Amino acid sequence: MDFEYFAQLFLGGLTRGSIYALIALGYTMVYGIIELINFAHGEIYMIGAFTGLIIASVFTMLGFPTLAVVVLAGMAAIVYSCAYGFTMEKIAYKPLRNAPRLSALISAIGMSLFLQNYVLLAQTSDFLPFPSLIPDFEFWEPYAHILTSPELVIIITTVVVMILLTFLIKFTQIGKAMRATSQDKMMAALLGINVDRVISVTFIVGSATAAIGGILIASHIGQINFYMGFIAGIKAFVAAVLGGIGSIPGAVLGALVLGWTESFFTGYISSDYEDVFAFLFLVVILIFRPSGILGRAETKKV
Amino acid sequence: MKPILEVKNMTMDFGGLRAIDSLDLYINKGEIVALIGPNGAGKTTFFNCITGIYTPTSGDVLINPQGKQERINGLKTNIVTRKGLARTFQNIRLFTSMTVLENVMVGCHAVTHTGVMGAIFRGKSTLAEEKFIVEKSYEILKKIGLEKYVDELAVNLPYGAQRLLEIARAMATDPFLLLLDEPAAGMNPQETAELDELILKIRDNEGISILLIEHDMKLVMSLSERIYVVDYGKKIGEGVPEEIRNNPVVIKAYLGEEIDA
Repeated sequence: MDFEYFAQLFLGGLTRGSIYALIALGYTMVYGIIELINFAHGEIYMIGAFTGLIIASVFTMLGFPTLAVVVLAGMAAIVYSCAYGFTMEKIAYKPLRNAPRLSALISAIGMSLFLQNYVLLAQTSDFLPFPSLIPDFEFWEPYAHILTSPELVIIITTVVVMILLTFLIKFTQIGKAMRATSQDKMMAALLGINVDRVISVTFIVGSATAAIGGILIASHIGQINFYMGFIAGIKAFVAAVLGGIGSIPGAVLGALVLGWTESFFTGYISSDYEDVFAFLFLVVILIFRPSGILGRAETKKV
Repeated sequence: MKPILEVKNMTMDFGGLRAIDSLDLYINKGEIVALIGPNGAGKTTFFNCITGIYTPTSGDVLINPQGKQERINGLKTNIVTRKGLARTFQNIRLFTSMTVLENVMVGCHAVTHTGVMGAIFRGKSTLAEEKFIVEKSYEILKKIGLEKYVDELAVNLPYGAQRLLEIARAMATDPFLLLLDEPAAGMNPQETAELDELILKIRDNEGISILLIEHDMKLVMSLSERIYVVDYGKKIGEGVPEEIRNNPVVIKAYLGEEIDA
């Protein structure tokens, strides 16, 4: 076996997995707190990429230095996506909080279609070229044949985001409120926690990570279109389910496993069947561990 | 001085079922009052109505923590808590995946102000507040006698300690009135005796008034200054323990009617 090829596939899988993880976090956090699969989450990621493109183009045209463009585009994408995530929850999910879960799910699918078509009409149905925001670093040159600079940035960004998020959830008061709300909403409210606010925060945090993912992947692949959120959303959803939906470490693990599966299967077998392998793997895992890799097996009292 | 909690003519209907029927009740500052009655009498529903989980169909829930009466029915649960009403449940509802200290810290939410931005950027005030919360939570655990468990997961505590932790967590919200729903349920006699002492201590040292739902009559009689008895959502008796013990209506509700041979 060629070690260099293996390393390439491993790191390529890690990069993919990182992107999936950034999106999967939003699914799993929202599910953990209101037990809703937010199908419109992939669209938030797409909106992040579009905002990033628009802002990046404007500031590049104005002649800003690359670093400033990256930071401004990133900030704008995060703020914009968060606003969408926040509004989406207030409009499409909050009124349905006490409705049957199926209603909220349908509302989520409707939201997803609405946002796709809204971007289609407001922007374009074409693929738009996305500038490569991340330059090739000189110091990284010797390793660039295994892992490109943009891929390196993706992995590092993901790790940083994960650390921040873990800190937020584990050690801060708002994080404790989130954990409390996800376990027992009524008890949380009885302890003075504003549950509506906690849910909003969850949507905002999930949207922010999705926007970061959107910008990174768009800059890496080099093109975006209104439909990009759909397949990425499905993949991230698979990752979240694979790891055990509702569990944050589970989402990250599921995303990495999915990234590596795709990378190794396409690298060693065939690239035509990338999605087939990904979903086949999901089916196999769920047969043996229905609640996901890190999911808690729920025993329902009958 | 007006009572700190006054419930006037409160009725709660669920469809055609009248769970609480024009109930009147009051609690003075520093009192320990018990609410008793057979299973299904509407006691827990009464707690739910006061704490904002249900909105009563009619009537008034008035609180008066600082000399100004205020109507609170219809307010959201977390707002009611912030106004100073805290409660525990019949069944244990701790946050199982958190430590003992974290459980109490969640309770401190009612008295904190830091938002997400503060949590992320960690300014001076955030850090000071977090330090204050840890200290306050530890202080409460000490008062309740749970300080040896601080870093244990809540779920690993012995049963009696879990019940006490629920009380500690409720106290973290800085209540003026603590509503305890069957705090002694499932406790052994020794644990119940300790609970009796603890409730008195909370009232005497913290100045928190107590409204108690309880089936353990020994505990009720020894603790309460006044007792309300409800059955089928209606008040059927009220008074000091001695009066309740000898009230024929109450005895009938609890033991059933005598059959004349």
